[in-house]
Amino acid sequence: MKTRLERREHLSGLLFVAPLIAVLVLVAGWPLARTLYFSLTDAYLDDSANHVLVGFGNFVEVASDPVWWRAVRNTAIFTTISVAIETVLGLAIALLVHGAIPGRGLVRAAILVPWAMPVVVSTKIWEWMLNDQFGVVNRAIVGLGLADHGVAWVANGSLLLGVVIFIDVWMTTPFMVLLILAGLQILPEEIFEAAEVDGIPWWKRLWSITLPLLAPTIGVAVLFRVLDALRMFDLAYVLAGANVNAMTMSIYARDRLINNQELGVGSAASTMVFLLIAFVAIFIVGALRLDRSGAAER
Amino acid sequence: MASVALRSVSKSFGHVPVITDVNLEIADGELVVFVGPSGCGKSTLLRLIAGLVPVGAGDVVIDGEVVTDIPASKRGIAFVFQSYALYPHMTIARNIGFALETLGLSRQQIDAKVTEVAATLKIDHLLSRRPRELSGGQRQRVAIGRALVRQPEVFLFDEPLSNLDSDLRMEMRMEIAKLHASLAATMIYVTHDQVEAMTLADRIVVLNKGRIEQIGTPQQLYHAPQNRFVAGFIGSPRMNFMAVSANASGADCSVQGPGNLSLDVTLSGPGLPTEIGIRPEALSIAIQGQGKVTGTLERLEDLGHEHLAYVRIAPDIAWSVRLPNALGKVATGTSVGLDWRFEDLFLFDRDGHRLDHSMSHERSAAANEVRA
Amino acid sequence: MSTRIKRRSGAYYRAMRRVRQVALGCVTALLLFYVLFPYYWAIVSSTKQGAQLYESVLLPALDFRHYKELFRDANFATSIFNSLCVAISTTALSLGLGTLAAYALGRLSFPERRSLLLTVLMISIFPQVVVLSGMFELIRWFGLYNRVWSLVFAYLIFTLPFTTWVLTSFIREFPRELEEAAIMDGCSHWRILTCILLPLMGPALVSTGLLAFILAWNEFLFALTFTLTEGSRTVPVAIGLLAGNSRYEYPFGPIMAASVTVTLPLIVLVLFFQRKIVAGLTAGAVKG
Repeated sequence: MKTRLERREHLSGLLFVAPLIAVLVLVAGWPLARTLYFSLTDAYLDDSANHVLVGFGNFVEVASDPVWWRAVRNTAIFTTISVAIETVLGLAIALLVHGAIPGRGLVRAAILVPWAMPVVVSTKIWEWMLNDQFGVVNRAIVGLGLADHGVAWVANGSLLLGVVIFIDVWMTTPFMVLLILAGLQILPEEIFEAAEVDGIPWWKRLWSITLPLLAPTIGVAVLFRVLDALRMFDLAYVLAGANVNAMTMSIYARDRLINNQELGVGSAASTMVFLLIAFVAIFIVGALRLDRSGAAER
Repeated sequence: MASVALRSVSKSFGHVPVITDVNLEIADGELVVFVGPSGCGKSTLLRLIAGLVPVGAGDVVIDGEVVTDIPASKRGIAFVFQSYALYPHMTIARNIGFALETLGLSRQQIDAKVTEVAATLKIDHLLSRRPRELSGGQRQRVAIGRALVRQPEVFLFDEPLSNLDSDLRMEMRMEIAKLHASLAATMIYVTHDQVEAMTLADRIVVLNKGRIEQIGTPQQLYHAPQNRFVAGFIGSPRMNFMAVSANASGADCSVQGPGNLSLDVTLSGPGLPTEIGIRPEALSIAIQGQGKVTGTLERLEDLGHEHLAYVRIAPDIAWSVRLPNALGKVATGTSVGLDWRFEDLFLFDRDGHRLDHSMSHERSAAANEVRA
Repeated sequence: MSTRIKRRSGAYYRAMRRVRQVALGCVTALLLFYVLFPYYWAIVSSTKQGAQLYESVLLPALDFRHYKELFRDANFATSIFNSLCVAISTTALSLGLGTLAAYALGRLSFPERRSLLLTVLMISIFPQVVVLSGMFELIRWFGLYNRVWSLVFAYLIFTLPFTTWVLTSFIREFPRELEEAAIMDGCSHWRILTCILLPLMGPALVSTGLLAFILAWNEFLFALTFTLTEGSRTVPVAIGLLAGNSRYEYPFGPIMAASVTVTLPLIVLVLFFQRKIVAGLTAGAVKG
C-alpha cells in the first residue's frame, strides 16, 4: 500500500525528471533506434527514405571487411597500451604530487593544461613538434646525437599508431592523475604514518597499503578511460584521416557512413562498435563488482 | 628502554609557530602525559619526537643519542594513533605482524609473536577478522598490540582513548597503566582529558600555545600550579577566579574585591595579586553574613554522589561550589556566604604567575574573634 | 628484550634527505616540462614567420603577423562566434535540465530513480558514432543541417547526462536538514529547489558548467559531420581542416596561432577555477 505522501513524491519526482527523459529520448533513444534500424537496410545517406530491409547482410559485409578488423585491432592496441601507460604514469604523478614537492600548487595547475586543450589543438601541436623535417623533437634527437637524421613519426605508417598512443597519453594522463589524487586524498593519513613508524619500506607501503586501498578508485578510472578510448575518433582522425594504420572503429564507421554515404553499412558498423563497447563495459563492471564483493567476504 | 629529551625544540607550520622552545627530560621507564587545550601543540610535539614531523630547530634525543635527523622507522619507537590507523584491508593478525615482515623474521616467528601479544591483550580470538568487524575497544587493543609486538624503546600514544565511550575508556586506561607497570617502558601519552592525565602520569607536561606551562607530578600541578593557566586547566569543575585590587605595605597586603571580599595576606615574595582563585571543592557555603565572600545562590545541581552549587557574586562572576552533601533548606535566590581555608587560596599577579603567600591564619582568626 | 635497530648516523640520513629532495625537484621539473612545453612551443612557433619557423630557436620571435591575419579572417572569427554560441547554449540548457533532474534523482525517492540514473550513466559512455546516422536523419528533418544549432541539439547527448550525474552527486552532499526545515516551513519541492538549494549550488553549478563548456567547446566528431561550409564550423573543425595547398606547405604558423588563441581562454578558465574543476571531475567519478 502506498501512502498519499509517497504517491505525491513519486509524481513530483517524475515531473522533475520529465524534461531530462524527453531530451534523452530525442537525442539518444530515437537516434539509437534509427541507427539500429538502418543497420538492417540498404539505405544510402543522400536518399535515406528509399530503402528496403536486408536483414543482417550489412553486418556480414562489415565483418568480412579486412579494414574493419584492422580498425578493431588498432582500437584494441590503442586502448590497451594507452590506458596501461596512463594508469601507471597517472599513479606515479599522483603519488608525486600528493607528497611534499617544491611548487606543488603550480604542478597541480600545470597538469590541467594538457587536459583542457581541445584534442584537435593538442594533435596539431604534437604533429608540428613531431614533423619529420622541422619538428623540434627530431631537432632535439639529431642535436643530441641520438640519430643521424630525424624519424618520420607521422609520415611513417608503422609508427602512426604509436604516435597516436603517445599523444593520447600526454592528453589524458592528467585526468587519471586527478582521479587518483582525489582517491589518495580521502585515504586516512595516519595509516601511512603508522607504516612509516613501523619501518615499512616505501615499495612495501606502495604495494601492500596504497595500492589495495586505492584499487576501487583506480578501477573506476580505468573503466572510464577504457570506454573513452574504445570510442576514440578525433585524435587519430585529425592526425591521419582515414589512414588504415591509425584507423579506429569510430573512424571506420564514420568513413562508411559519411564519406561512402553507406547509411546501412555504416549503421551496422556503428552498431558493432556499440555492442563491443557495451560488452567490454559489462565485463569490466562485473570484474570490479566481483573484486569488491570478494574483498568483503574475505 | 630509553630516556627521551627535547632540547630547545621549535616548530612552525609556515609562519605560524606551533612549538616554541620546548625543553624536556623524560627518564627511562617514566610515563609522561602531555595535556593542554586543543591546538596547544601537544600532538605536534609527539610527532616531532616520533620523527613524523621534522623539527624546525633544536634536537630530539633518545637514549642519549641525538636522533633529530634519524627517520621515524629507525628511532626505536612505536606510535598508537588516535584513529588507531589499522590497515583496513588486512586481518588483525597481519595488522599486528606487518612491521615484523620487513625484519627478516620467519613466518613461524612472526606468528608466534603475534599470538603471544594477542593473548596478552585478550584479542587472540579476533586474529582472522578485519578491523571493520571489530568494536572500538577491540581496535584500540589491536593498535596497542601492533606497538607491543615491535618491542620498542619508547611508546608514544596520541589521544588513544578519545574515540571510546566512558566505560571503555576507564577499562583501557587501566590496561595501559598495567602495561606500563609490567613493561617498565618509557611512555609518552597525549590527551586533552585531565582525568587520564592525573591517573596515568608519573609526570604531567601542561602545554599552552606551543609552550610548556608547567612540568610536575599530578599532585604538584593540583596543589601548586605555577600560574593561572595551569590552575585553571587542572581540576574539574575548574577553579573559580575573581579579579581583585590589592594594597601592600611591605609583605602585608590587603585584598579587596566584589562580594564584599576583604582579605589580609602576607606575601612571601615580590608582586601584587590582581586575581584570586579557589577550587570549587575548597569552598563551603556559610550562612548569610558569614564567610569571606557573599553572593546569591543561583542554582543547585544534584549529581547523586555530590552536589554543585552556583553562586553569583557579581553580574559577570559566578562561582561553582562542590559539596559532598545536600545543602539542606537553602532556597535558590537567597543570599549566602562562601568560606574557605586560607591555604586553599591562590593568588595570581598581573602576568598570571602564582604568588606564594604565608597566611597568618592565627591573626585573621583572631581578627574574626574580635569582630564577633 | 628490545630488538636493537640498525641505524646510521644523523649525517647519513640528512644527506639521503638532500638527495631525495634534489631527485624530487628534478622529477617535478621534468614533469612540468613534459606538461607545459608543447603549449609553450605552440606560442613560440606562432610568432615566427616563414623560414624562422624551421629553425628550432627556443625563444619566441614576437612577430604577431599570424594573429593579425587570423583575426582579419572573417571565417575564423565566425568559427569562434559559432563555438561560443554552441558551447554557451549547450551549457545553459544542460545545466537547467540537469539541475531539475538532479534534484529529483538526488533527493526524492521514486521507484524509477535507480534505473534512470543507470541509463544516464550509460548514455554518457555511449560511443557518439552510434547515434550518428539517426542523429543525421533527425537534424535533416528539423532542417538544421549545416547550422550551428544542430550542434547544440547533438551535444546534449553527452553534456546533459554529464551535468545530471555530477549535479546529482553534489546535491546529495547538501545536508538534508536544510530541506526538512523548508518542508516544515511549508515549501513545495519547486520552492525548495529554487529558494533553498539553487543559491547554495553556485559553486557546484560553476564547476559543472565549466566542464560542460569545455566538453562542448572541444567536441569534434559531431561538428565535423553536421556542418559543411566554413561559415557554420566551430573552432576545432576550422583548425582541424586548416590546410595548405599541399602536404609540404603545411601552414603550421597560422595553425599554431589559431591553436594558441582558442586554447588561451580555456587555460585561463582552468587555472582560475582549478579547484572547482577538480571538484566537479571527481564528484562524478570517485563517488559514482
